[in-house]
Amino acid sequence: MNRNEGVLTKIYKDKTVVFVIRGEIDHHSLKSVKTVIDSEIFVKRPDKLTLDLSGVNFMDSSGLGLILGRYQLATRLGIGFSLLEPSPAVSKLVKLAGCEKIINIERKSS
Amino acid sequence: MRRKTKYQNSAEIVFPAKSQNESLARSVVSSFLMQANPTIEEISDLKCAVSEAVTNCIVHGYAGTQGDIKMKMKLTEDGDAIIDIIDKGCGIEDVELAMTPMFTTNTDGDRTGMGFTVMQTFTDKTKVTSSAGKGTKVRLIKKLQRDDT
Repeated sequence: MNRNEGVLTKIYKDKTVVFVIRGEIDHHSLKSVKTVIDSEIFVKRPDKLTLDLSGVNFMDSSGLGLILGRYQLATRLGIGFSLLEPSPAVSKLVKLAGCEKIINIERKSS
Repeated sequence: MRRKTKYQNSAEIVFPAKSQNESLARSVVSSFLMQANPTIEEISDLKCAVSEAVTNCIVHGYAGTQGDIKMKMKLTEDGDAIIDIIDKGCGIEDVELAMTPMFTTNTDGDRTGMGFTVMQTFTDKTKVTSSAGKGTKVRLIKKLQRDDT
């Protein structure tokens, strides 16, 4: 259906893992994304987890669940957590839920 | 007396409650609205609201069981988009409680209880009618400002 739904790329730098998510995040597409991220957290135990959401062109409250769920999991395990350059589609939902008050949001340096 | 609303155009689709149809519903509603020349913001708001309503049918209404979701789309002569999303699932016992921000019956930890809040924020009006054991109808209404630029 969606050729580019929830495409995930993993980039490791030292003990920081960045997951680059592109396309659409909804209840359907987040299932596989969530499994991959969670297994990485449990198996590799990085120092920090970053979700690069700059290439997300659609997100609904399921995506908020993905973000808040990973934030809670990372925090529980003592892993740092941040969002990188959330796209307008993501920012709108993040602001609505007030997530920017608790979650660190980073911008890409130009 | 209530004025009878005239519709410029209308369409409806029925699809099974499968999560891969969430993006189908968004694409269909987006295609239907194009004739009204909406702004990109209006389209993305309605796509998001529709996505929430359809996800609710799948996750809560049918809760993993099989069933059909009907989506009715209308454009009024006044320029309102009216989208109905209807399921014949379990229904909602207490609609007011269900619409409370952060309220969810789902316990797997990844549902935020923000679905109805998103619908209400991204539309001008969200009306929910539900009957326990019979199903739920969500009506999303958004006034479209024509983008003639």
